[in-house]
Amino acid sequence: MDFGAMAEYLPLFEQAMWLTLRIGWVGILGSLVIGLIVAMITHYKVPVLYQISLFYIELYRNTPLLIQLFFMYFALPRVFGFGIDAEMCGMLGLALLGGAYMAESFRSGLDAVEPIQTESALSLGMTKWQVMRYIVLPQAVTLSIQSFVANVIFLLKETSVFSAISLMDLMFVAKDLIGLYYKTTECLVMLVIFYLIIILPVSILGTVVERKLRYGAFGS
Amino acid sequence: MANEGVLRIEGLRKAYGDNVVIDGLDLTVQPGEVVVVIGPSGCGKSTLLRCINGLEEIQGGRIMLDDAEVDGRSKNIAQIRQKLGMVFQSYDLFPHKTIIDNVTLSPIIVQKRPKAEVVAEGEALLDRVGLLDKRDDYPRQLSGGQKQRVAIARALAMKPEIMLLDEITAALDPEMVHEVLDVILDLAREGKTMIIVTHEMSFARAVADRVIFLEGGHIVEEGIPEQFFTNPKTDRARAFLRTFEFDAVRSHV
Repeated sequence: MDFGAMAEYLPLFEQAMWLTLRIGWVGILGSLVIGLIVAMITHYKVPVLYQISLFYIELYRNTPLLIQLFFMYFALPRVFGFGIDAEMCGMLGLALLGGAYMAESFRSGLDAVEPIQTESALSLGMTKWQVMRYIVLPQAVTLSIQSFVANVIFLLKETSVFSAISLMDLMFVAKDLIGLYYKTTECLVMLVIFYLIIILPVSILGTVVERKLRYGAFGS
Repeated sequence: MANEGVLRIEGLRKAYGDNVVIDGLDLTVQPGEVVVVIGPSGCGKSTLLRCINGLEEIQGGRIMLDDAEVDGRSKNIAQIRQKLGMVFQSYDLFPHKTIIDNVTLSPIIVQKRPKAEVVAEGEALLDRVGLLDKRDDYPRQLSGGQKQRVAIARALAMKPEIMLLDEITAALDPEMVHEVLDVILDLAREGKTMIIVTHEMSFARAVADRVIFLEGGHIVEEGIPEQFFTNPKTDRARAFLRTFEFDAVRSHV
């Protein structure tokens, strides 16, 4: 291993890491918002929106992110005559893909809250909205935390296809450097290390939060 | 005001598809009255309470509380439910809230009453059911009997006109039944209007002003407890009560 070369590449990888984090952060936040809304729609079976939501979930969960990104980056400009820049594409692509997964996670959390919880809250005179806000939502989020964290990790790993729409993320930098200097092993090792730097804290934090929340709410 | 707290049920009909659970039931409950509903399982006892609280859509008749119709789909149902305190068979405390928060949440967010006042009242209610020391615990830290006592306090915190109790001791260990039923006896002594569904016959006898025997979705017999339990008029009621006696006879052998 050529450690000298690795030290030289470090700033490039670091820059790429910030890009990955920037896109990842916005994309994941977006996926939570989309997931929450879509889960509510599917849980309450809101007419019309329910069918659209199911179609969206199946479409995004059953196609590769790469193709979704290609559509947004290359095909949409041809159809509508205007495009969005690569970074925006990455964020939106991640948010839409993640939204479909988050929606499913969150819906299973909503479904897992006992119906008696809703009934007893209603019997105390709460409106449907108050039942959601104070009783069902907090419990559903707690029940979903574990798969939320799994989704976040999955989405962060999925960012490795961004290089395909010319975003200079970790994967892009690694491939670029390998092509230029043939230091394949060095670059791949650095790639692994940088992904670990990004994802490992999420994993650990997720476990801690999940344990805390579970204990607070249900004591198991 | 003369009608305050009067519940009138006229020709109530409830069916799930072809399965008729309540079939033309009439019942009037006066303020201060304790009505105990008994009957074999599947006779519609619990369904009756759920209808009274607007948790079930009804297929016929009407339920009137004072001058308002109870209808789960109407806009003012949340207002009406505030007058009806319900306690369910299964432990239904909110697991993510402390005991005091369970009791005070609804008065604060639904009735919009000042927090300090509600908390003081909530503490008094917890004290009354003997659980003030559990104030800051979570439901998971409580026994079944304690949970049900909190559920009663939570319902009382809304100052309901009528309490609906749906087999509140059915899921409890026998030694915990008493601590819960004592709370109810205490409420009855105070003159709280209650409709109670139960399988505890000695409790029914002690607490009831009027016993209603329900079978096949309508009232087969009703009367004051002394007369109903010692000398039931109908064969059906007699047969039902005998199923409880049978156990007692066997235990003497």
